[in-house]
Amino acid sequence: MKSKTIRRWSFVHTWTSLICTVFLLMLALTGLPLIFHHEIDHLLGDAAELKQMPADTQQLNLQQLVQAAEKHRPGDVMQYFGFDEDEPNGAIAIMAATAGTEPNSSHTFMLDTRTGEALEMPSANGGFMMVMLRLHVDMFAGLPGKLLLAFMGLLFVVAIVSGTVLYLPFMRRLKFATVRQDKSTRLRWLDLHNLIGVVTLTWALVVGVTGVISACADLLIAAWRHDSLSAMVAPYRDAPPLTQLAPATRLLDIAKEVAPGMQPDFIAFPGTRFSSEHHYAVFMKGSTHLTSHLLTPVLIDASTLEVTAVAERPWYMDAMGMSQPLHFGDYGGMPMQILWATLDVLTIIVLGSGVYLWVVRRKAMKPVLEKAESVA
Amino acid sequence: MRPRQSSFWKVFATPTVIAMFSAGGLFAALLGDGVWDALSWLGLGIPAVLALRGLLHRR
Repeated sequence: MKSKTIRRWSFVHTWTSLICTVFLLMLALTGLPLIFHHEIDHLLGDAAELKQMPADTQQLNLQQLVQAAEKHRPGDVMQYFGFDEDEPNGAIAIMAATAGTEPNSSHTFMLDTRTGEALEMPSANGGFMMVMLRLHVDMFAGLPGKLLLAFMGLLFVVAIVSGTVLYLPFMRRLKFATVRQDKSTRLRWLDLHNLIGVVTLTWALVVGVTGVISACADLLIAAWRHDSLSAMVAPYRDAPPLTQLAPATRLLDIAKEVAPGMQPDFIAFPGTRFSSEHHYAVFMKGSTHLTSHLLTPVLIDASTLEVTAVAERPWYMDAMGMSQPLHFGDYGGMPMQILWATLDVLTIIVLGSGVYLWVVRRKAMKPVLEKAESVA
Repeated sequence: MRPRQSSFWKVFATPTVIAMFSAGGLFAALLGDGVWDALSWLGLGIPAVLALRGLLHRR
């Protein structure tokens, strides 16, 4: 590699990293507790604990659950029901003043699907973990915050790629994993920056790219509404607004009939951004491990309960679905969570050592030294 | 061309193997539980252990 080429890559690496470092540090620090949010919720007693009841206790039907939810929060309307195979006797209910209310103003709680009893989930609506989540997702700044973080994520990816290119000239004369301990603190940290950076490369790239995709979720959902949804609900464009919804009782059965072999993931009630003004949308997921992250919406007319369409899944919705596990690290048990946290801390060390190396180099910057350094 | 290429692989051979283990680890647990999870712990454990070894090892 010519020294001019190296200088150029070095410039790219320095500045893309420096610009994104503060944000990446914030993301890595807030991400750390989020990896264990399930465990932390349980520890703090914030998780909804369902009563022990005989295994064959009768389940309420969906409309009864809707009524239980409405009784729990009079004045609010249903936005979503979510299902989780780990908690077969609980359904997550999300309600708000109107169906179109933005997610951060909604109220999330759990319903016991056998008794209709409402169980609060404090951490889903506020508190420390919610602050961590909001900082991580949008820094309390809504869409602009998400897009800024997405841009920082892109810079991070460029920093990783340029760092990998620079790994070659730096390591040409060194054996893999060499950490020079006896020369200077700077050299030790340079070697550690290179070593930790190159071994965590794949993980950091995957978490970075999937983070960018997740940060663009609002745009992807808007694109989906525009591409798929608007065509399917076109006949309803001039229909009067619904005053009464058909009962939700059979929604899951109806959806299972047209999407055989799939499992319900969540129901979007009419008027949310995952449904239309005139439809329930039941989002069905595949029943294998891999396809359980891919969602197929079934649109059900909210007055006749007839299936309007089984929506196709555009590729970008699949990309969004697959990004979630790969970003959260929640798909391989506790050992994976611990590895995720370890790699997260290692990334913090790479970021920190990068800043340190830049500061030290700037202090030492003299015209001759500068040239020697950039080819070292 | 030739000497440059060989130095490329001299430097990047090990990182490439580690990258493939990491990618395999990230993917494995998406496919199932049990053995697939264990494979993912192995794949992601390798970069974690190598980095920690470099970090904690002091002569």
